[in-house]
Amino acid sequence: MSDMTETRLPAASPPRGSLLTDPRTRSILIQGTVLVLVCVALWFFISNGRANLAARNIQTGFGFLDQQAGFDISQTLIDYNDNASYGRVFLIGLLNTLLVSGLGVIFATIIGFGVGIARLSQNWLVSKLAEVYVEVIRNLPLLFQILFWYLGVLAAMPAARQSLSFFGLAYFNNRGAVLARPVFGEGSGIVALALLAGIVLAWIVGRWAHRRQMQTGQPFPTIKTALALIFGLPLAAFIATGFPVSLEWPVLRGFNFAGGIRVIPEFVALLIALSTYTGGFIAEIVRAGIQSVNRGQSEAAGSLGLRPGATLRFVVVPQALRVIIPPLTSQYLNLIKNSSLAVAIGYPDFFALFAGTTLNQTGQAIEIIAMTMAVYLVISLITSGLMNLYNRRMALVER
Amino acid sequence: MHKRMWKVVAAAGALAVLALPASAGTLDQVKAKGYVQCGVSQGVIGYSAPNDKGEWAGFDIDFCRALAAAIFNDPSKAKFTPLSTKDRFTALQSGEIDILTRNTTWTLDRDTKLGFNFVGTTYYDGQGFMVKKSMKINSALELSGASVCTQTGTTTELNLADYFRNNKMKYEVVAFATADETIKAYESGRCDVFTTDASQLYAQRLKFANPDDHMVLPEIISKEPLGPVVRQGDDQWFDIAKWTFFAMLNAEELGINSKNVEEMKKSSSPEIKRVLGIEGNLGEGLGLTNDWVVRIVSKVGNYAEIYDRNLGAGSKLKIERGVNRLWNKGGIQYAPPIR
Repeated sequence: MSDMTETRLPAASPPRGSLLTDPRTRSILIQGTVLVLVCVALWFFISNGRANLAARNIQTGFGFLDQQAGFDISQTLIDYNDNASYGRVFLIGLLNTLLVSGLGVIFATIIGFGVGIARLSQNWLVSKLAEVYVEVIRNLPLLFQILFWYLGVLAAMPAARQSLSFFGLAYFNNRGAVLARPVFGEGSGIVALALLAGIVLAWIVGRWAHRRQMQTGQPFPTIKTALALIFGLPLAAFIATGFPVSLEWPVLRGFNFAGGIRVIPEFVALLIALSTYTGGFIAEIVRAGIQSVNRGQSEAAGSLGLRPGATLRFVVVPQALRVIIPPLTSQYLNLIKNSSLAVAIGYPDFFALFAGTTLNQTGQAIEIIAMTMAVYLVISLITSGLMNLYNRRMALVER
Repeated sequence: MHKRMWKVVAAAGALAVLALPASAGTLDQVKAKGYVQCGVSQGVIGYSAPNDKGEWAGFDIDFCRALAAAIFNDPSKAKFTPLSTKDRFTALQSGEIDILTRNTTWTLDRDTKLGFNFVGTTYYDGQGFMVKKSMKINSALELSGASVCTQTGTTTELNLADYFRNNKMKYEVVAFATADETIKAYESGRCDVFTTDASQLYAQRLKFANPDDHMVLPEIISKEPLGPVVRQGDDQWFDIAKWTFFAMLNAEELGINSKNVEEMKKSSSPEIKRVLGIEGNLGEGLGLTNDWVVRIVSKVGNYAEIYDRNLGAGSKLKIERGVNRLWNKGGIQYAPPIR
């Protein structure tokens, strides 16, 4: 608005002096010099590195990604055999890291919100328990916690032949867990379609209910309807198609169980440790966020006749989220990077497989470390980008 | 402003990654700093582990000390960097250590692509399997379906995959970064089998609470020629390391040991005179002094003494010499002559 009223002065000619005293020229000069220096330094490092690698006859380049890896991996989400290439190992490691950090983020969020809200509970016991949890978890090193779960808890489970059985559907032992695997027969495609339809319908209902509430103020039981759609439709389809899904039961054969889905203890230990540890930090962020909302807000909501649940959902949490999301993002990033501690317990995550085994077998340190850095950078940037998008949607919108 | 700072930091980071030290003249560098820096294991009894007095001791340690004795006439001028299997090659490539004496298997891939030279085979080994006696297994061919603990970044890991694939057996591998983590996992029951070089199986077994509950299966599934490694491109240093090893073998063959080496100097045999530097100047040609073999043998010992003290009858391991006997005593250890 100000430029409307501003009267433009004729451009004051800068005092003519030496070039060095002119601020514009000077800043261009300085920045230009620094840029040149940085370029020269970069060129020097790269050419020096190349020359040294060549002088030592160390193989360079990315050709190794097509070479046969020749070793085995304990957890592979996609097809893998020992004829597969190092490129495949790269993918498998990446997927394993994404799996443990993705699930870790979800569980840490659930734990964090639960414990954070519990800390503010009126109930003395609940709030104290939550406090003890937060203080214990936050103040012990993560590596210690990972080793505790791996060596202290999971290794103490019974041996394979004495597995704890859960109705034959699942077995737990010191080699992890074996779950019955669902086998999808004819007609199970319809069930999957029904599930998809349920999700889409639930989303449409949610949008419609939100718009209606904005216009008329009439609430709608969105969550109950959504649950009914998401679970009800596939169930109906399941019954209608005559139960096409059967189970493959795990059977003890020789040393280990055959059949079923294997969940390795390294994965379980890492997931528990990452979720509970990060959950402790998130709990404090959530508590701080809720406490940052002025008491007057909930009192005002109360006097308008909103019930406590609705007050929390529509008044307190949306305002608290604005405070919660930015530090929450850094916790998510921490969790993703901390997943590389997997190397301590032999979980085949990206860092262990690629920057560990592959680096050692091929010896191409510079390429592999550069790729590893790029991968963690990209994962972290995507995560923070998504969180920033969400943050922008949650930011205070003035109407 | 801070953008510019960031660039400086990035440049410094690039420096750390790429600015490898110049490659020539390891011997001069070693002489200048006054000690040999050797990369060793993080604790394999018999090869490189702290002894009762808290000093490094073992077969690989003695090789490093022999090198220090040849150069400085003082075996204590050796320093040791404990390395995991995972970190050992990078440490040698980057110049952090002068020589890797860490029971490392000689393979074509490592010899060529990593920019290394293998000094020789100081110990002929092979990969074996260890299981609990209570499992009542007598052969590795009964291991189908088993979980196997091993260390990452080793030839062991690759041999394991080959062996099970060749014999059409299934298995689950659990790979750890360090030897201690691997053993702990095997002991806690995470795995049925622990696999590594046979000599190491015997060494690691000593660390168990009840060593007698475990047994090594008879199958040896690979060739594991273990030896020291140096960087390629420094022939003088490569020669010194190689001939330090050959000197120990030749000393054993000629019957020269740490106790009789002074006596032997008076020997009339031209061969012994040559080896001990009484005649000729072979040591100087190597960049050392002419009494280099005397230094090695008197301060550290010949091959037999080193073997016996660390791995053989004089040690806790009591491993038979087997193929590591001299060529004229039924083994395959053979050194070119010193002349």
